[in-house]
Amino acid sequence: MIEIKDLHKSYKMGSNSLHVLKGINFKVEEGELVAIMGSSGSGKSTLLNILGMLDEADSGSYDLDGIPIKNLNETKAANYRNKFLGFIFQSFNLINYKTALENVALPLYYQKMPRKQRQEKAMKYLEQVGLKEWSHHLPSELSGGQKQRVAIARAMVAEPKVLLADELTGALDSTTSYEVMELIQNINDQGNTILVVTHEPDIAQMCKRIVHLKDGVIVKDEKIKQVRAKAHV
Amino acid sequence: MFDLERWQEIFDTIRKNKLRTFLTGVSVASGIFILVILLGFGQGMQNGIAREFEEDASTSVWVWPGVTSKEFKGLNPGRRIQLRNENFEYAGAIYREEIEYQSPRYFVNNVQINYGKESLAYGIQGISDNFQFIENAKMVEGRFINAQDLSNTAKVAVIGRKIKKDVFKEIDSPIGEFITVSGIPFKIIGVYGETEEREEERIYIPINTAQKVFNGADRINNMAYTLPPAENFDEAVAQAVAFKEGLRSYLQQTHTVAPDDTSAIQVWSALEEAKRYFSLTGNIKFFFWFVGICTIIAGVVGVSNIMLIVVKERTREIGIRKALGAKPWSIIGMILHEAIFITTISGFTGFIFSMGLLEILGPHVEVDYVVNPSVNFNVALAMVLVLVIAGTVAGFFPAWRAAHIHTIDALRDE
Repeated sequence: MIEIKDLHKSYKMGSNSLHVLKGINFKVEEGELVAIMGSSGSGKSTLLNILGMLDEADSGSYDLDGIPIKNLNETKAANYRNKFLGFIFQSFNLINYKTALENVALPLYYQKMPRKQRQEKAMKYLEQVGLKEWSHHLPSELSGGQKQRVAIARAMVAEPKVLLADELTGALDSTTSYEVMELIQNINDQGNTILVVTHEPDIAQMCKRIVHLKDGVIVKDEKIKQVRAKAHV
Repeated sequence: MFDLERWQEIFDTIRKNKLRTFLTGVSVASGIFILVILLGFGQGMQNGIAREFEEDASTSVWVWPGVTSKEFKGLNPGRRIQLRNENFEYAGAIYREEIEYQSPRYFVNNVQINYGKESLAYGIQGISDNFQFIENAKMVEGRFINAQDLSNTAKVAVIGRKIKKDVFKEIDSPIGEFITVSGIPFKIIGVYGETEEREEERIYIPINTAQKVFNGADRINNMAYTLPPAENFDEAVAQAVAFKEGLRSYLQQTHTVAPDDTSAIQVWSALEEAKRYFSLTGNIKFFFWFVGICTIIAGVVGVSNIMLIVVKERTREIGIRKALGAKPWSIIGMILHEAIFITTISGFTGFIFSMGLLEILGPHVEVDYVVNPSVNFNVALAMVLVLVIAGTVAGFFPAWRAAHIHTIDALRDE
């Protein structure tokens, strides 16, 4: 599904150049649940941003489902993001003046789906994350865990090829984290490809594969025995 | 523009951000409101000043004698100048070509005017038949003094409408009634109307009668002229100035007055005054425009400022939308669409309110020099459009920048 070869990325900080990714090679198959682990500054967020087409690599190649991702203009990148990728962020990034339902329906608006159809589909996904009753509440009226579920529903609603989650449990307590991870595992069980960036080992243990990143290179790439989140809830 | 989905999205945003929308709207609406009211008053002043000059014929020239202020050819200053019939006749002869209408005037003083037993306190002036055209008096009833009255030294009088209203209120028409002036009966033959009431408080009688009956000999108090209309305003002014100077120097010579003595013979030309006032109103209008345009600029700056803040405030939202697949142009379109919608609605609100105020209150404004403040509909409409376009342009740049911020940066914006 994802194939990355010799990816390099550096940031300019004034006159200094900070080399963040120093040649990353890795491959993700369809249906995988991969954790990308590393301490802060290891380059894991940068890698995710490049995978999410929110940032561009300096060199190297990136294929998504056989489509080479390079020399994207903003419009094309927006199109790919809308169709192929779903994002889940640490800080939820819900639009605060829109209700849960409207937030979930937003990616469909950018697919030019009619309003009614949009809302039906959004409602279906809200139901899947167990928030049907909360559909008309604003984000400020929801708990952290509920907000993250809305964000997951929003990431899922466009039926993307890959879900990208950036520290999705970073702002949640451990019980809520496990609930959210259970949801992620369920979605993965349905055959969706998910990449989770985290620095929490217990969250990483709930994935099927862990990629360890340190100082911009992959130091370890291991398949693990998945810990079901359900056991902890 | 006609995308229903986009409209729904914008109405959602507006509904949920009422304060922001309200503030933007108020700044635009008040800008337009102030501008329209200002322009209205500029126009009102012009109307008011134009009305002041409708009272007399616009090309009229008036001559008053005064007191000499300078010694000249052995004559002491402080000498009173007295105009006489021959001065009037001679001036009329040498300026035959230039003059349209002319009339001498003799003020009858120290007389007792009566209507029946009622004593009247109005001024009596002896004038000639042409005076009607010089004063721009309109006959309400009867006729004005004519040439025959003059040659017959007829004892006839023309009264102002105000006198009719005050004295002859109990009868239908004062025509044919008699008033007595120092015991001598005068028959009322006409009633005239003027634009100003104080000019309707005069009694006109033929000048020949006035001079003969009231011991005037050949003395006259002032001379009034009108000049024929010229091709354009400037030419008319030049004509009036030339006539005025010629007349003054003739009178100065015959009365042995120093050429630079301004108080002995005073000649006043309505056109010259009008020119001064018209350039004054021109300046006032310019001033109002200047203030108005500054108001518009302030409005534009205000709108741009608000747009900047709006975009800044929405940076994170823009980042989220981009992460979810919004294209740059859809972001710019969304922000501009909203800006145009709000500025248009509030611009027209200010427009309607200010125009309404001028329409309703304007005709009732009757202060000196301000008459019927109003504003050209198209000008006001153009101002609204200018503000909307300026607001759009001002909103475009922050929107453009926002749409091209790196999505990650936008998402990190707290």
